[in-house]
Amino acid sequence: MGRPPAEPDVGCLSESDDWPLWEVFLRGRRGLAHQHVGSLHAPDPELALQNARDLYTRRGEGVSIWVVRSTEVHASDPDDQGPLFDPPADKAYRHPTFYKVPEDLQL
Amino acid sequence: MTAGVAGLSALDLHEVALALGDDCLVLSHRLAEWTTHAPELEEEVALANLALDLLGQARSLLSLAGEAEGRGRDEDQLAYWRDDRDFRNLLLVEQPNGDFAVTMTRQLLFSAYQELLYDRISSGTEPRLAAIAAKGVMEARYHLEHARLWVQRLGGGTEESHSRMRRALDLLWPYTKELFEPTEAWGRAADLGALPPLASIEGPWRKTIQSQLESSHLEIPEFSAWQSGGRRGSHSEHLGHLLAEMQHLHRSHPNATW
Repeated sequence: MGRPPAEPDVGCLSESDDWPLWEVFLRGRRGLAHQHVGSLHAPDPELALQNARDLYTRRGEGVSIWVVRSTEVHASDPDDQGPLFDPPADKAYRHPTFYKVPEDLQL
Repeated sequence: MTAGVAGLSALDLHEVALALGDDCLVLSHRLAEWTTHAPELEEEVALANLALDLLGQARSLLSLAGEAEGRGRDEDQLAYWRDDRDFRNLLLVEQPNGDFAVTMTRQLLFSAYQELLYDRISSGTEPRLAAIAAKGVMEARYHLEHARLWVQRLGGGTEESHSRMRRALDLLWPYTKELFEPTEAWGRAADLGALPPLASIEGPWRKTIQSQLESSHLEIPEFSAWQSGGRRGSHSEHLGHLLAEMQHLHRSHPNATW
């Protein structure tokens, strides 16, 4: 107490830190799942949540926030678009539109 | 004149609402001064949010003060057409922003106080004050949390951030005794249960601050040459400069709209 710690506390800023990037996911008032809303900079998870609250829920948009370090998100390679996404295109039977809906069924 | 609860005179209600409202208005302006100067974009938005919360509280409290006074002054007239001698805010909230450590220390000291105060006022006997406090207490709690996280990170951070935090505490501590000095109107309102006796929240406030500082590798400064007078209208020179900027436009163009 009364002295700085020899090493910065966990979650504290050190001299050389550039604040890392975080992806923000928000579950809206009537939403069932968290949706990606944007990103922000913050030094640690606690402050990332605070910043997310201030940046993305100012008009009462959300009831729950997730933040994830952007470096932890692994994305598919745009060059793989063909092999990844083309095959289902001609398989109409995978879509619910393939089935005939009985006439008396109330949707 | 609109009287409050049985026994609380309209003038006393005016006085205490004015004091609480001026705290919010002046601190709101200080926080707004960070806009375009904050260390990070994210923090700038956060500080502006704090400022807007406080501005909302100031509007409600000054409107109430105006109504209780019964001389037809509304929130704008109270905010823009009084001189520093007529402001009743604490000296703490008018202190300049300094560096980020000073701003966060000021916020910690004030928000811990406001949170305790609003919590108690919200179950008090003056229904209009209680309603404003019930809404404000959630905001104060968030402000306290924001300041708490930063004080912890700055106090436990680098040699530089730690020494700046110590400097900020030494600078602001002398203004903390005033938080617990009741005016006569406050004393009467407390006797009627509209406001908490300030002595009853001093202990909890000190405990909150102490444990927060301890977990931030900081401590309460040992000696302070106490400063007070804000609640009586004796302010530091800083308030005059703040008001000059805040009131200038409104006074130059009365009733302007845009």
